[in-house]
Amino acid sequence: MPVVIELSGVAKNFIMHLQGGVRLSVVADVAFAVKAGECVVLDGPSGVGKSSVLKMIFGSYRCDRGQILVHRGAQHIDVADAAPRRILGLRRDAIAYVSQFLRAVPRVPAIDVVAEPLVINGAVRDAARKRAGELLRRLNIPAPLWELPPATFSGGEQQRVNVARGLLPERPILLLDEPTASLDAANCAVVMDLIAEKKRRGTAIVAVVHDPNVRNRIADRVIDLTKFRAAA
Amino acid sequence: MTDMDDEEPLLIAQGLTKWYGRQLGCRDVSLDLYEGEVMAVVGESGSGKTTLLQLLSAQLEATAGRVLYRMRDGVTRDLSILGEAERRFLARTDWGYVHQEPTLGLRMMVSAGANVGERLMAVGWRHYGKIRGAATNWLERVELDPARIDDTPQTYSGGMRQRLQIARNLVTHPRLVLMDEPTGGLDVSVQARLLDLLRGLVADLKLSAVIVTHDLAVARLLSDRIMVMKGGEVIETGLTDQVLDDPCKPYTQLLVASILPP
Repeated sequence: MPVVIELSGVAKNFIMHLQGGVRLSVVADVAFAVKAGECVVLDGPSGVGKSSVLKMIFGSYRCDRGQILVHRGAQHIDVADAAPRRILGLRRDAIAYVSQFLRAVPRVPAIDVVAEPLVINGAVRDAARKRAGELLRRLNIPAPLWELPPATFSGGEQQRVNVARGLLPERPILLLDEPTASLDAANCAVVMDLIAEKKRRGTAIVAVVHDPNVRNRIADRVIDLTKFRAAA
Repeated sequence: MTDMDDEEPLLIAQGLTKWYGRQLGCRDVSLDLYEGEVMAVVGESGSGKTTLLQLLSAQLEATAGRVLYRMRDGVTRDLSILGEAERRFLARTDWGYVHQEPTLGLRMMVSAGANVGERLMAVGWRHYGKIRGAATNWLERVELDPARIDDTPQTYSGGMRQRLQIARNLVTHPRLVLMDEPTGGLDVSVQARLLDLLRGLVADLKLSAVIVTHDLAVARLLSDRIMVMKGGEVIETGLTDQVLDDPCKPYTQLLVASILPP
């Protein structure tokens, strides 16, 4: 299978200007590649930079050094160095991201939150909502909730809306940040099934999961981020 | 996305600088805005945001630098070389400008319908029935009661006036809309409704927009990209989530840290 994501020499620091310029070195020299249909799980203790690496691939954190190449046929885009609209383009049609916590636009019904990535790509709204509903049903979100904004939902419900939004569109790359953290066993099993289906369809997946059961089930490879720790 | 490399920006600013006598308005501002992109310009009062917006829309003459705009025929032209008549035609048809204060963008003594219809007449519409039909349609789109079409905006509330101003601007299907604190000065509930409306319109019409705001929540909700200004200069730019989630410059970190959590 072809390599879809390729990181090399990736480094991230935060400089906290409001705290007297404290410099936090998160990761340095991160290097790994992910093939189509492969799921790589990032591992290491809390604070080691797992979410930061996902965010750098998605482009919501800046990358201080190194390359984050996304290969799409003849196109090779370096997210670390790409113009904003190129990253926006990747988000529209190449990269799906399930963040750790749902950050939905206020007052938008859950079903539209889920359907939005399809609508942005030109799907007819009703058709997109229909598919969103099917996925929400599979994730055991009761239909009466679909037309409500998720702000008032429970933590687990919000996370399932978030998972649905990330998994509904077919994108070559899927980034998952603790997609099952606040789910019960039954819903966790549904999410693991959905991830397995994505892999079979050739999606390249980078995931952060603490739960060893989930990790064993979805991971083809585990990468220990502690070995990319920046020298303090 | 395959033809992305060929696409030209809709709006280009290069080294825009404005001095008001010895007072700096803004210095050396450059940006590219592509079709369908929304850029938020954030910063505190006096940071040069509104000056920049007025330079971009050729309402002010720059001390240095220039603004280029890709016309409907595909040719990118320097606005300062266009004649006054051409610039005014652009402003009335291909651009929208939403003022914070709706009375600046509306004609307060004529009816709501005429406020909307006037822009259509500027692009050659003559049939009264069609103009009224289009105006009615736009009042509905911005959630104004069409039964109020013959009332003047003087009889409207602040939130209604702002929605009318938006309808007036969008009726000619402009490609570029410049907004100066469009939700400023409104009650929070009215502001929320207006933001929902703007978000929907920007997405449905695939508008390119520059939105000046001091409210980072507005920027988060509406924009793809952010430009942070302070003291007339651009201090940080990037994707909206980059700037808000990973702010680099001290001032941006201060702005982000000053938001009240929701």
